[in-house]
Amino acid sequence: MNRDEKMRFTWKIGGEAGFGIKAAGQVFAKAMVRAGYEAFDYSEYPSLIRGGHNTYQITVGEINARSAASTVDLLVALNKETIDLHLAELSEGAGIIYDGEEIKLPPDKYKSRKAALISVPLKKLASLTGGDIMRNTVAIGASLAVIGLEPKILENIIKEIFAHKPEVIENNDKAIEAGYEFVKKNYPDIDFKIKLKPRKHQPRMLIAGNEAMSLGALAGGLQFFSAYPMTPSSSILLYLAGKAASEGLVVKHAEDEISVINMALGAAHAGARSMCATSGGGFALMGEAVGLAGISETPIVIINVQRPGPATGMPTWTDQGDLRFVLHAAQGEFPRIVLAPGDASECFYQTAEALNLAEKYQLPVIMLSDKYLGEGAATVPVFEEKKVRIDRGKLLTDEKSLVNYKRYKVVADGISPRTLPGTKGGIFSADSYEHDESGFSSESAEDRIAQVDKRARKLEHVAASLGGANHYGPAHAKTTIVSWGSTKGPILDALELLPPRLKGKVNFLHLNVIWPFPAKLVKAALAPTSLLGKAKKLILIENNSTGQLGALIRQETGVEIREKILKYDGRPFFPEELTEKISKSIK
Amino acid sequence: MSIEQWNTTITPTWCPGCGNHSLWNELKRALDELKIPAHKILIVYGIGCSGNMYNFVKTYGWHSLHGRAVPTAVGAKLANKDLTVIVVGGDGDGLGEGMGHFIHALRGNANITYLLHNNKIYGLTTGQSSPTSEKGFISRSTPAGQIEIPVKPLKLALAAGGGFVARGYAGKPNDLKELIKKGIQHRGFSFIDILQPCVTFNKVNTYEFYNSRVYDLAANGYEPTDYNQAMLKADEWGDKIPLGLFYHDSREPYEDDLPQEQGQAIVARPVVKRNLTKLVKEFM
Repeated sequence: MNRDEKMRFTWKIGGEAGFGIKAAGQVFAKAMVRAGYEAFDYSEYPSLIRGGHNTYQITVGEINARSAASTVDLLVALNKETIDLHLAELSEGAGIIYDGEEIKLPPDKYKSRKAALISVPLKKLASLTGGDIMRNTVAIGASLAVIGLEPKILENIIKEIFAHKPEVIENNDKAIEAGYEFVKKNYPDIDFKIKLKPRKHQPRMLIAGNEAMSLGALAGGLQFFSAYPMTPSSSILLYLAGKAASEGLVVKHAEDEISVINMALGAAHAGARSMCATSGGGFALMGEAVGLAGISETPIVIINVQRPGPATGMPTWTDQGDLRFVLHAAQGEFPRIVLAPGDASECFYQTAEALNLAEKYQLPVIMLSDKYLGEGAATVPVFEEKKVRIDRGKLLTDEKSLVNYKRYKVVADGISPRTLPGTKGGIFSADSYEHDESGFSSESAEDRIAQVDKRARKLEHVAASLGGANHYGPAHAKTTIVSWGSTKGPILDALELLPPRLKGKVNFLHLNVIWPFPAKLVKAALAPTSLLGKAKKLILIENNSTGQLGALIRQETGVEIREKILKYDGRPFFPEELTEKISKSIK
Repeated sequence: MSIEQWNTTITPTWCPGCGNHSLWNELKRALDELKIPAHKILIVYGIGCSGNMYNFVKTYGWHSLHGRAVPTAVGAKLANKDLTVIVVGGDGDGLGEGMGHFIHALRGNANITYLLHNNKIYGLTTGQSSPTSEKGFISRSTPAGQIEIPVKPLKLALAAGGGFVARGYAGKPNDLKELIKKGIQHRGFSFIDILQPCVTFNKVNTYEFYNSRVYDLAANGYEPTDYNQAMLKADEWGDKIPLGLFYHDSREPYEDDLPQEQGQAIVARPVVKRNLTKLVKEFM
C-alpha cells in the first residue's frame, strides 16, 4: 500500500451459520472503533438458521469508512468453503487465518495470489478455552496479532458484551489470548501489510440503520410501536422490545402486518406517538391502512426496510425496489411523506423528525431503508439529543379552544387542528369514509372536493420546508452523480477512489427526501454548468433494475438521465466497482 | 342524562325493523346507566350496516377499515387505558376479514368490549351469505345454497381464551342492555354475540325464528363459570337457542402484564425527548 493513501483495510470472517460469525464480527468491529478507527460492517447470510454460508466483514479506515469494500485484506476462514468462495476477493498480500490441522490447503494455489497463509489450530485452542464455539474468538486474538494490536483493546468489550453471562468472560479472554500468543510465537516475523496503532479520536458510535432509527424514534418521544417479524426489519422490533419497559413505551408484536398498522393507527388516534416497521411484503399488507391514515388524517410513521422482491424474494439481501411502491401504495389519492435516509446518522435524525412531520401534517410518513443500511453498522458521531425537537403540531387539549369544534374544518393550509379522545368538548369520529368537516360520512360532491383539496394542500406546505436534495463534492462539476437512500456511503467512498484525472470533476446529488419531491433543488442541481448551456453529464445510481428515482426525476423535472448504473443482484454497491464504472463512463 | 343526549345530528339510515335500531338504543342506555362521560368513550366501528352506527352515537369514534376494528381498538386501549373502548361490527366484518384479529385479541385479553352484530348475512352489500350463514342458506352469492357450515362465534371465543363470552338478541332489549353493561364492566376482552334480524335480506333468521327458539340461560340456574358446560351450551343451536352469559373468568387483562402500563396512561404522560446518554453508550 502506498503510505500516502488513506488506510483502508477489510477483515472478513466466514463459516457455517451457527459458528458465531456475526458475534465475532461485532466484537472485532467494536475493537476497531475503540482503537480509534472508523468501521463499516457488512454481513451476508442465507435465509436459514443453521448451515449455509455466512460472512461478516468490516472495512476499517482512518477516516470515512462509509461502505463495504469488495476486496479483503485479512480473511478468517472457519471452514474451507470460506477460502474457496472468497479467494477471488483477496487483495495482493492479503492474509488468511485458518486451521491447518482441520483444513488442508495446497500452498501453491494460494501463493500465486501472494497471500500469507497463517495456520492457527483454532479447534485445538478453542477446546482448551470452552469448546468448539470459541473458535471465532481464538481467531479474533490471532487477527489482532497479525495487524499489530494488543489484546487488551478487547478487555472491556468482552466484559460489556457478556455482562449478563459473567461466567464466560474468562473463557473469552483466554481464547483471545491463546490465538494472539500462538501467532506471536509461531509467526514472529510476520510482516503483514497492515499495521494498526491505537489512534486518538473523538467518541463515536458503531450502529446499524435499524438501531439508529429505533434510537431516533425513542429520542423523538415514541410511545407506541407495533411490528411483525420480517427480515431485514426485525432488529427494530427486537431493539425496541428490549427497551419498552425501561423507556415507557408500548411495543406490540401483533399477529400480522394488517393488525400491526391498524393497532398503530388506533394508538395514534388515542394520542400516542406511533410507529411501525416492516419490509416490502409486510408493507404490501399494510397498504389499505396507509390510505386510512391518509383519509382519517392520522399521524403515523411506517418504516420499510427493503429487500429484493417481488413476493418472498431474497429475504436476507439488499435492494431499492420499493420506491415507486411506497409512493403509490393504497387506493385513491392522498398526501404522504417519504423519507430515505442515507446513513445511520440520517436514520436517527430523520426518524426523530418523521414523528414531528406525521403529527404536524397529520399524515403517514414512510421511511425507506434497506438491508444494507438497516443491518450494516457504521461509525457515526454520537447522536445528539439537543438536535432533536418535539413538535406535535396543531393539537387542541383545552376545552375552551374546542367551541364548535370541527375535526376536518376546511382551513387555508389544510391542517385542521386535532384533538384526542378523552378531551372534553372535542368529541368527533375519524372516518375511513369520505366525510364532512365534522367527520360524519358524506357523499356530497361539495364535501368530497373540499376534503380532497384540503388534504392535498397540506403537502404544498411541506414541500417548501423539507429540502432533502444534498450536494457532496465540488459545487461545480462536469459530471453529477444522482442517487438516493443507502447508496450514499458507497458513492461517497467511490468518489475518493477516483483516478487523478477525475478528482474534483465529479459531484454527487443525494436525495433523502423522496416525497414531496424536492423538484426545485433537483432541477437546479442538474442544470447545465455554464451560461453556454453545455449539458452536464448525469449518472444515475440505484440498487434496483429499472432506475425508479430516475423516472421520478423525469416526471417531476423533465430531466432525463440516460446513463444509469443499476445493480439488482441482492448485493450492495462496492465503492471499487462504482469507481471503475464511473471512470469508464467519463471519457 | 337521557338517551337522546347520546344522539348526533344524523338520523339512522337502517331499514325500518332492522335489529340495529335495538342495538343502538341498548348501547346508549347501557352507557347512560353506567354514567361514563361521553368524551371518555371510544367506539371503534367496522364497515357494514352495523358500522354505520358511527354517525349516530355521540362519543369519540373511529370508523375503521372492513375487518380491522378489533386491532384498532386494542391499539387505542394500550395507548390510553383510561378510555372505555368498545367495538361495534358485523359478522362479515369480524368473522370474515377480521377472523384472525378476533382470535388473537381474545388471546391477548385487552380490556375492551366487542359487540358483534350477527345478522348472518351481508346487508350493506345487499344480501350475500356470511361466515355465520347456515349450511344450505340461499343468497345472491350462494344461489345453490351455502356449502360451508357456519362459524360458531361463541365456541371460537371460548376456545381462544375469552373471559367474558355472551349472547344477546335484538328482540330482548332489556337483557341485551344488561349484558352490554356487564361486558363493559368486565376487566378484559368481553365478547357479546348479538343476534340481529336483517329484515330486508335474511328471510330465514327472522324475529319469528328467534322468538320461538331463544331462552335465557340464567333462568334455568346456569352458572357461567364452568368452561366445559359453556362449550356445550355454545354448541346448542336449532330448536333452542340459549341467550345470556355463557362464560366468565377473571384472567388479567393484557395491560396488567405490561410494567409500562402501570401508573398513568401512556398518552397522559407528556411527550418528551428521551435521555440518550445511557442508550448511546451501548453502541460505543
